[in-house]
Amino acid sequence: MSNTLLISLAVLGILGGILAVILYFVAQKFKVEENPLIDEAEACLPGANCGGCGFAGCRALAEACVKQAAEKGNIDGLACPGTDMGKVAAVLGLTAAAFEPKIAVVRCNGSCQNSPSKVHYEGADICAFANTLYAGKGGCSKGCLGLGDCVKKCNFDALHIDEETGLPVVDPDKCVGCGVCAKTCPRGIIEVRPRGKKDRRVYVCCSNTDKGALVVKNCSVGCIGCQKCLKECPFEAIEMRGNLAYIDPAKCKACGKCAKVCPRGSIHAVNFPAPKPEAPALQGAEPVAKPQPKPEAQPVEAKTNVESENTVIA
Amino acid sequence: MNKYTISGSPHVHSPENTRKIMYRVLLALLPALLVAIYYFGWDAIKLTIVSVGTCILVEWLIQKFLIKGPLTINDGSAALTGLLLAFNVPANLPIWMAIVGSIVAIGIGKMAFGGLGKNPFNPALVGRVFMLVSFPTAMTTWPPVHPLFGGKVVPDAVVGATPLGILKEQGVQKLEELHQMQFLDMVLGNRGGAFGEICAIALLLGAIYLIARKVIDIATPLSILLTVFVFTGICYLIDPTQYIAPWYHLVYGGLILGAFFMATDMVTSPMTTKGKILFGFGIGVITVVIRLWGAYPEGVSFAILIMNAFTPLINKAFKPQVFGVVKPSKK
Amino acid sequence: MNPIKTFKKGGVHPEENKLSAELPIQDFPMPKQIIVPLGQCLGAPAECIVNKGDRVLTGQLIGTAKGFVSANVHSPATGTVAKVDVVMDHTGYYKPAVFIDREEQDEWVEGVIETDDLLTDIKLDSKQIIDKVKECGIVGMGGATFPTHVKMMVPEGKKAEYVIINAAECEPYLTCDYRLLLEKTQEFLMGVKIVMKGVGTEKGIIGIETNKMKAIELLEKTINEHKELYAGITVQPLKTKYPQGGEKQIIKAITGREVPSGKLPIETGCVVVNVASTYAIYEAVQKNKPLIERIVTVTGKSVKKPGNFRVRFGVPADLLIEAAGGLPEDITDVINGGPMMGKSVSVTNFPTMKGTSGILLMTLREAQDRRQTNCIRCGRCAGACPMGLQPFLLHKVAKQNDFDETEKNHIMDCIECGSCEYTCPANIPLLDYIRYGKAKTGAIIKARNQK
Repeated sequence: MSNTLLISLAVLGILGGILAVILYFVAQKFKVEENPLIDEAEACLPGANCGGCGFAGCRALAEACVKQAAEKGNIDGLACPGTDMGKVAAVLGLTAAAFEPKIAVVRCNGSCQNSPSKVHYEGADICAFANTLYAGKGGCSKGCLGLGDCVKKCNFDALHIDEETGLPVVDPDKCVGCGVCAKTCPRGIIEVRPRGKKDRRVYVCCSNTDKGALVVKNCSVGCIGCQKCLKECPFEAIEMRGNLAYIDPAKCKACGKCAKVCPRGSIHAVNFPAPKPEAPALQGAEPVAKPQPKPEAQPVEAKTNVESENTVIA
Repeated sequence: MNKYTISGSPHVHSPENTRKIMYRVLLALLPALLVAIYYFGWDAIKLTIVSVGTCILVEWLIQKFLIKGPLTINDGSAALTGLLLAFNVPANLPIWMAIVGSIVAIGIGKMAFGGLGKNPFNPALVGRVFMLVSFPTAMTTWPPVHPLFGGKVVPDAVVGATPLGILKEQGVQKLEELHQMQFLDMVLGNRGGAFGEICAIALLLGAIYLIARKVIDIATPLSILLTVFVFTGICYLIDPTQYIAPWYHLVYGGLILGAFFMATDMVTSPMTTKGKILFGFGIGVITVVIRLWGAYPEGVSFAILIMNAFTPLINKAFKPQVFGVVKPSKK
Repeated sequence: MNPIKTFKKGGVHPEENKLSAELPIQDFPMPKQIIVPLGQCLGAPAECIVNKGDRVLTGQLIGTAKGFVSANVHSPATGTVAKVDVVMDHTGYYKPAVFIDREEQDEWVEGVIETDDLLTDIKLDSKQIIDKVKECGIVGMGGATFPTHVKMMVPEGKKAEYVIINAAECEPYLTCDYRLLLEKTQEFLMGVKIVMKGVGTEKGIIGIETNKMKAIELLEKTINEHKELYAGITVQPLKTKYPQGGEKQIIKAITGREVPSGKLPIETGCVVVNVASTYAIYEAVQKNKPLIERIVTVTGKSVKKPGNFRVRFGVPADLLIEAAGGLPEDITDVINGGPMMGKSVSVTNFPTMKGTSGILLMTLREAQDRRQTNCIRCGRCAGACPMGLQPFLLHKVAKQNDFDETEKNHIMDCIECGSCEYTCPANIPLLDYIRYGKAKTGAIIKARNQK
């Protein structure tokens, strides 16, 4: 009995050994010669294959970097939005432009509270489809539809729909700014913007270019195109697109002045420190803004800007 | 002001829904159930209740605790699986085996694939075949019929066997000897077998109702029956001593139950008419092969399961003709 | 009566509910201000040529067609332009429109022949007819609003053999075309003649469903009484089945020819025109009257006084609903058009336009219980599809964003009739996903062709 066992083990073991040796030699003979730098470059990249770089995956970007480095001596124009390309450059013995970390920003605050629903939607759960069917639950034709196409497409699990507000929330720890969500959104609400120095950024949280009178019909925090922010900005960073204010991230120095003067509370200044209390009557985290925006807007804004532990100046 | 509903067109719907379809099939099986109760009495009732109840319970448990999705036990499909499973077993099967079979049918045959509409194999047949292979003796020991209200009983020597069983083991002669060849008896169900499959008339009544109500398409069952008839007919013509007449093959065993109620399960059968005909043909051929030359006396369950595996391929091969598209002619 | 024809592939039979069939057309008075949208047809919206403060006459051109597939827009009333602004239309989006403050009396623009007599002498030739149709802004009034003059321009190398008038009106509830056939029979038949002359054919066939027997009999009687005047026009009864009114289906039923996939009906030698458009063509060619009004059916099971109204464009729909007895309590769905292909609207004060064939008010129970369950692979959707497609497959691959597969399975041939979703026992929103797939696949094909 044990004889059989020993013989079986021996036969199988030897067979396994012979096959392993054969496989090793075959693997060596048919090995595809690849530049080992590609592996090293790929190791610096996230590996999510999100396509934000414009290539079909992290390995394709690594290959392109190695190729361009060999041909031109630089890796200009090739960038993974979520990685400091300096690391890849170092692997290749080069230098790269400074890394500007980016993050996706949802430019709509038309939550269920700010833009109460006027109709009941019963179609397929796809934003791209709902966009063709109606303007949106709250009536704003440029607002977020809340069905989560962006959430489904995110490769980094950085988006989820907040149940209370109905809006997508970006997780700043996971988002790399690859831009897939921005391309997916049928209304172009999501924008990839630089994270800014000290992770501070200011943006207009509205995408509606209609006249102010139409905007207020449907949403209490939409931009009405009054241009107060434009006049206030000391760096001429704000331009009007239709009746919508837009802050150019290249010019914006994140001073936060525009956010203070916006009468609708449409401009969000993220990760700014809380204002020093001017009077003892002030409660904890409640910001003082002049003029006072609608009280219902406050808790919502605090919630939607989860990325800041400090409050938002609205 | 009312909140209006925004939805894509169409804004009206036909009165059909899944639940109505399932309940119609259950209704169609009612005559056969009544006949079964008549012939096998309390045993049949017991097994039906246990089988249906276990199926529903297992589906509820899995939906609630494993999948955590919306409850689907109301749509009647679990009950239908339970009833069909019960119809496929001998009336004297121990209860615990029926419970095991139900758990396998729903748990593995249906829910493991994702629930209704996602299973490739007919769940009732998965359960039945599992039981056949796991409990071969219990599944092939048939009680004699004992009609509730007296009535004619087939002579005593028939205890414990189906006509096909006798045919497989002892040949055509024995079948005639044991008076298993009285056609009327066979049709009415006065024979051994699983309690759901014995009465051809009751099953056919239900089948006609389903076809009239457009719940099932006649293509599959017709194709199966014709194929079996033709093939067994050819064999019978070649050698009447070895093979029995084709009309007996139609009523013996679970062919009518299988053809009208199992092979027509929409989830596991092809979508187009041509596909259904091919599907039925395949089932017929495999059934005949197993019956005449295979080890098992009855082959319908295996045949249907094998052809279920081919359904996706058949669906891919037989697509409907698109309006305005002319198939390029082969030069 | 000719033997009844039909199309063989697919089709469903929803409840007809022609509640307003026997109600004669009522003229509807206009409110003080009308809002005339500039985009009333498929393709580009018209370009506004009036300014605030201008006085416009009834029938005056206020918006010119922009591009090849576009149509002119005319003022439906006499008055002063209050503003050129945006209005929320039935799509829920704000669209450009001209707001006109009305004067009580109609002052028609120069050239319009104001008479109710039947004008039987067609003075224009084929090319002039098509130009007049273009000038008067006539579009397909069955709902698709495709500019009719584009349809009538037969391309080089093709010949129009038949003019088919789409009098099927297969959508449940809608009766506007039916009433027009009964009340303006001769004008309509003259319109058919004009279209026939316009495209250059001697044969005109009126395809009409058998649930409109009165209209069939009246048409046949009228044609028989004036054999020379209406020579070449025949009435073809069609089996009442949805979507008999689909362009491709009506051509197949009447002529037996199939429009090739991806091509236009002219490939089969047929030009298909709607009843209301035909009547509008008569008014345009014989009286120089541009398209400024149409018949709208206001209906629904709980509507107190359903009716067929002759409405000038720009009248807000809520006035029509008021005239029909007001908005019933239990309404959950307000639909612009019929129940099978109409569009749900968010507000009831959208302006009536060229494509507003009906306003349908429905309750939740009727507008279907949308509790979705799993697909049971029953194949009913494929059986119902009049184009021979497989909706169960198309919806699945569209959901998975596999647009290679959708193209391979001919998703672009879908006519969006809704028969598949109508029959689905699992209440799956098949057409929603197919529409999504069509939009994405179409965009990919367009981008590919542009390269």
